[in-house]
Amino acid sequence: MNKLLSRAALVAAGLCLSATALSKTEVSFYFPIAVGGPITKIIDQYATDFNKAHPGYNVTPVYSGTYQETIVKALTAHKAGKPPTAAILLSTDTFTLADEGAITPIDKFVKTDDDRAWMKSFFPAFLLNGQFDNKTWGIPFQRSTVVLYWNKELFKEAGLDPNTPPKNWAETISMGQKLTKKDANGNVTQWGIQVPSSGFPYWLFQGFSTQNDAILANAAGNQVKYDDPKVVEALQYWIDLSKKYGIHPPGVVQWGTTPRDFMERKAAMIWTTTGNLTNIRSNAKFDFGVAMLPEGKRRGSPTGGGNFFIFSKASAAEQEGAYKFAKWLTQPERAAQWSIDTGYVAVSPAAYETPALKKYAAEFPPALVARDQLPFAVAELSTHDNQRVTKALNDGLQAALTGSKTPAQAMKDAQAEADRLLRKYK
Amino acid sequence: MTLTSRHIHAYLLLLPAFIFLVGFTHYPAIGTLIDSLMSTPRAGRAAVFVGLENYQVMSEDPNFWKALRNNFWFALATIPISIALSIAMALWVNDKIAGRQFLRLSFFLPTVLPMIAVANIWIFFYTPGYGLINQVLGVFGFASQNFLGDPQLALGAVTVVAIWKEAGFFMIFYLAALQTLSPSYQEAAQIEGAGRWYFFRRIQWPLLMPTTIFVLVNALINAFRMVDHIIVMTKGGPDNATSLLLFYLYEVGFSFWDRGYASALTAVLLLILAVVGLLQFFMLDRRTHYR
Repeated sequence: MNKLLSRAALVAAGLCLSATALSKTEVSFYFPIAVGGPITKIIDQYATDFNKAHPGYNVTPVYSGTYQETIVKALTAHKAGKPPTAAILLSTDTFTLADEGAITPIDKFVKTDDDRAWMKSFFPAFLLNGQFDNKTWGIPFQRSTVVLYWNKELFKEAGLDPNTPPKNWAETISMGQKLTKKDANGNVTQWGIQVPSSGFPYWLFQGFSTQNDAILANAAGNQVKYDDPKVVEALQYWIDLSKKYGIHPPGVVQWGTTPRDFMERKAAMIWTTTGNLTNIRSNAKFDFGVAMLPEGKRRGSPTGGGNFFIFSKASAAEQEGAYKFAKWLTQPERAAQWSIDTGYVAVSPAAYETPALKKYAAEFPPALVARDQLPFAVAELSTHDNQRVTKALNDGLQAALTGSKTPAQAMKDAQAEADRLLRKYK
Repeated sequence: MTLTSRHIHAYLLLLPAFIFLVGFTHYPAIGTLIDSLMSTPRAGRAAVFVGLENYQVMSEDPNFWKALRNNFWFALATIPISIALSIAMALWVNDKIAGRQFLRLSFFLPTVLPMIAVANIWIFFYTPGYGLINQVLGVFGFASQNFLGDPQLALGAVTVVAIWKEAGFFMIFYLAALQTLSPSYQEAAQIEGAGRWYFFRRIQWPLLMPTTIFVLVNALINAFRMVDHIIVMTKGGPDNATSLLLFYLYEVGFSFWDRGYASALTAVLLLILAVVGLLQFFMLDRRTHYR
């Protein structure tokens, strides 16, 4: 027994020794996977390279499932007192994370001119979702936006110019009518346009509402305008595509099968994330184009995707390490390569000036469409108690799209629910 | 051995199981009940006692009632249909027919597959236009249906997936039970000239009753426990048409981070399961013939 104890003591002493000898600051980093491709391999490589360049730190990436699973893990760990040092989470969860006291503002690490220049290097549209109370809470990392994909072959068959996508709402209808085909029984075999509405319809809807010049939430995240007449009008347009013009599938359209519908030529035009670009490029057996969303009263699309957050309960040294890692990750060359590998939009204009991304864009021009749309992009809908307030809108949108409520009634109900939820944040 | 030392001995033997039962079942259940009477703690605000406020909120929450109603229909459809199907399948593959092993395997296959994978496959079965089911409908001249996108059809669509997943699992239990029945019953029935249906109704079904009880309890628990396919296929939509109680609970707990309310929902779920479970044991157990 004594022998065992002394052995245990020896081992323990050895562990202490090696810990002091290395004295590295551990930086744990949770990341989700939301698109295809060898993401884990890329992130592991990033960590290895960073650790080599910064011997004082040891970044350990932890693959933590989907966005939803990642936030569940990170917040549960935070509540138990041992959160990760950093994590990639949905930019729209900024309010939720801050309200839980889980994250720390990035500003406190920004000290040198170099730091300040770095903070200014991002596309302003991407910073919007991470900022409130005059603080920046999240660093843009894997960001996306909604774009229009169109099938050039089907355009040609319908007698349209294959290189000209619809420019505005009216053209969407006129082209959509030419692109919609029916069989002998009157069943539609090919839809003109398809905008998915399952799961998170609010995101796609923000395309319509922004184009109709409506902003859904204020920057402080405690007021929404779901019942704005312009919002109702935008919803009416979406419904009319199917009800009035018959060029869009009725009911709620699945997000997951929409790219497939496009590749199977069941939909001539679709709206979906830029994140599907690589997928569609490698699987579509026809020539296709990517364009900015058509213009209503103005151009518009929401941004989407994940930000880099630093957790408040990590030690100061760990946070500093996470900050350095975030800065290192978003350097132009790395951001460019990340964009090429994943299809996400690179987070800074400088990334688009790198030789790698320039070469890629020359070979594959659609890769630039998302960037060109960014000046027209707005923040993704995000408020305090975000997922609940967003659900009110989602339910309303689906109720209107499936015809169980009128658009005006659906938006009025959604507004009432959101007002009730947001009362306590005013 | 004295009586006391025998008691101590017995309790020591029970202790390991007891620790796990208390640690992972009773303690969390009681903790949940307590949490359901508290407000949700947020940063800077600790949880305070709010009495029955969370239950009050629940009684006024249309999404809760919708989820409860959906769950009722979901249970009412999945339980009897999956049990009936599983008995039919078990009787079929119990007979000495060609390709029996293959049939057993194919009936059992849905059970082996992870629900997430199954749900992802079914999304494409249900796809309007080129999805498998719509192609079949198309052959018979029916119009294409948007199964998951139509509030009238969505709940039915996810129910079918659950039945398809469950029936094979229950079949295994019925098959095992059928194989323990002595062949002499069958022979006696044949000599007496009993029909197949009569034999099933008067002999096999009563003898299978203990299995049915077991399966029924499992089916009921599963009807409240299966949410994976909801998360993958519809996320409770369109407009909460497929929201089930546990799915809603997950949403409240881990999307809305409202611990107090989620605890109250859990308490209700526990209560429902406890009541139904007790009813089953007391009412059906008496009529069941155990050998």
